[in-house]
Amino acid sequence: MEHSEFVYVTYIRTSAGKLWRALMEPEFTRKFWHNTVQESDWKAGSAWRIVKPDGSTADSGEVLEVVPPRRLVLKWQNQMFPEMTAEGFSRLTYELEEAGDAVKLTLTHEMEKSGSKLIDAVRGGWPRILASLKSLLETGESLQSTREWPKGL
Amino acid sequence: MGKDFDKVFKALAAPERRMLLDRLRARNGQTLGQLCDHFDMTRQAVTRHLKLLEEAMLVVSIRRGREKLHFLNPMPIHEISERWIGRFERDRVRAPAELKRKLEGEEDGTL
Repeated sequence: MEHSEFVYVTYIRTSAGKLWRALMEPEFTRKFWHNTVQESDWKAGSAWRIVKPDGSTADSGEVLEVVPPRRLVLKWQNQMFPEMTAEGFSRLTYELEEAGDAVKLTLTHEMEKSGSKLIDAVRGGWPRILASLKSLLETGESLQSTREWPKGL
Repeated sequence: MGKDFDKVFKALAAPERRMLLDRLRARNGQTLGQLCDHFDMTRQAVTRHLKLLEEAMLVVSIRRGREKLHFLNPMPIHEISERWIGRFERDRVRAPAELKRKLEGEEDGTL
């Protein structure tokens, strides 16, 4: 089967431990990830979901691998758009590597399906969220455009 | 950051390298061989261009089994955009950009 996949790499001047926490803890995600929080106990096999400000689920799935603070792999299914939900599970991998005074964050989002609507939709979203995460950890301020849930979604 | 921006602008300042980015945009995750197909350039030249794109972080390569796949990394261009047109101006810029795209008939403008 064909494969849809995107890879994003950014260097963030922070520690791997802090970046790891920022990817999952509400006090960080609310600021750079459109005011959402993630719910999980972060153990392999556990359920995981992204909770919108109104309490409903944006995306959900399962934690596949957890190696703090190096690697996190999630099974990811969109729960907001029926045509994307119907595509089933995608796979999201975060990899963190220390690089001098920064951490190299590699994010891979992939799906065993060609022309995935989900992968196409996230290709615009991830750069904004990651740029905001970088800004938050380096300057203490996230980017304005990612602080609220997008209107009309 | 300044030095990183220099690398990005330098990497973008050649039509061959922008064409490689276009190819990855159309189909992400290609091997060197796939990128060389139908290209009027030697494999060595493509390798050299890819190296500059990788140093600028515009392209990242990942090993999958025996293959090395190349991906378009939008982060550096996004950072440039955030620096000069980010925050409040984005929506103001988007409307004229969309109008231009419609009038010029480019249908491929994925948001």
